[in-house]
Amino acid sequence: MHVPDGFLDGPTSVATAGVAAVAVAAALRGARRELDDRTAPLAGLVAVFVFAAQMINFPVGAGTSGHLMGGVLAAVLVGPWTATLALTVVLIVQALAFADGGLTALGTNITLIAVVAVWIGYAVVRLVQSARPQSRRLIPVAAAIGALVSVPAAALAFTGLWAVGGAAPIDLGLLASTMIGWHTLIGIGEAVITFLAVSAVLGARPDIVHAARHLTQQRPLEVRTTAEASS
Amino acid sequence: MSTTTEKPTAPGRRVPLRVLVGIGLAVSLVLAVVVSLFASASPDGLEHVAETLGFADAAADSAVADSPLADYGTAGVENEWLSTAIAGAVGLLITGLVAFGLMRLLARRPVDRD
Repeated sequence: MHVPDGFLDGPTSVATAGVAAVAVAAALRGARRELDDRTAPLAGLVAVFVFAAQMINFPVGAGTSGHLMGGVLAAVLVGPWTATLALTVVLIVQALAFADGGLTALGTNITLIAVVAVWIGYAVVRLVQSARPQSRRLIPVAAAIGALVSVPAAALAFTGLWAVGGAAPIDLGLLASTMIGWHTLIGIGEAVITFLAVSAVLGARPDIVHAARHLTQQRPLEVRTTAEASS
Repeated sequence: MSTTTEKPTAPGRRVPLRVLVGIGLAVSLVLAVVVSLFASASPDGLEHVAETLGFADAAADSAVADSPLADYGTAGVENEWLSTAIAGAVGLLITGLVAFGLMRLLARRPVDRD
């Protein structure tokens, strides 16, 4: 759902650019708490994978297609702050080099995909995980459910932005229902890909998966708190 | 500062990080240069909704719509597959350089210093 230039008016685009800037600044701080020598390469990989996966539009019926957003996949694997950054990198490369998503709409796309989809989806993941916090097998399922919700959530957020500064008068109820309908279908694809990717990484290296850290790390391994105290 | 690379404590065999990242990059490359050729060309969800509800015309061309890689095609490359494959590979390279570099930089910064 890369928003092109022209869909939202100037003031709204400036506002979403502001939201995006604040979110990315916060993420640059937050990600430092999530990243270490082992998770940084995974975070780089996540960005590359999301870029590649977003090239693959899958059909969802009636001549419509969708592709992975990747927000929840990233948040579960490397943490939500790092996910916001990884998705932002992807969106900037797409907008600047590939004309995928508008330039004045870049703030809008970062807001919708790197902020709303990531954080709403991650909140859902945490909620599902809270049912059985010690279960590793629940993690890919929780990720899939979060992924499923994240796509229509971003679609609804787009509708909200359209209500503020949309280029044409469209019935908002109709826009919301149509957007949510199609993006729930796309969300199913999002859920499947997220489930598979999270399962794969979890099977290979559960110790570096953000959402599984509490399962494998034992207390004395908190190297960072030691370093912090001594500084 | 120097992150201690302690052995993970939980039992079980683990794939070396380098192998995991290598496989992930290989999968990404296959997606970008091979599978991308089979991607659906239908409008995506937002485009479809815009067409259905009649606001598709509001979309304006991006200022970089004439860039050599615009719309995941490579300017001057006739072959459809090659055109997409080159664009995809270049995209992966740029994304990878920026993302791996940024994440590595952030991982090396002390956690709470400002």
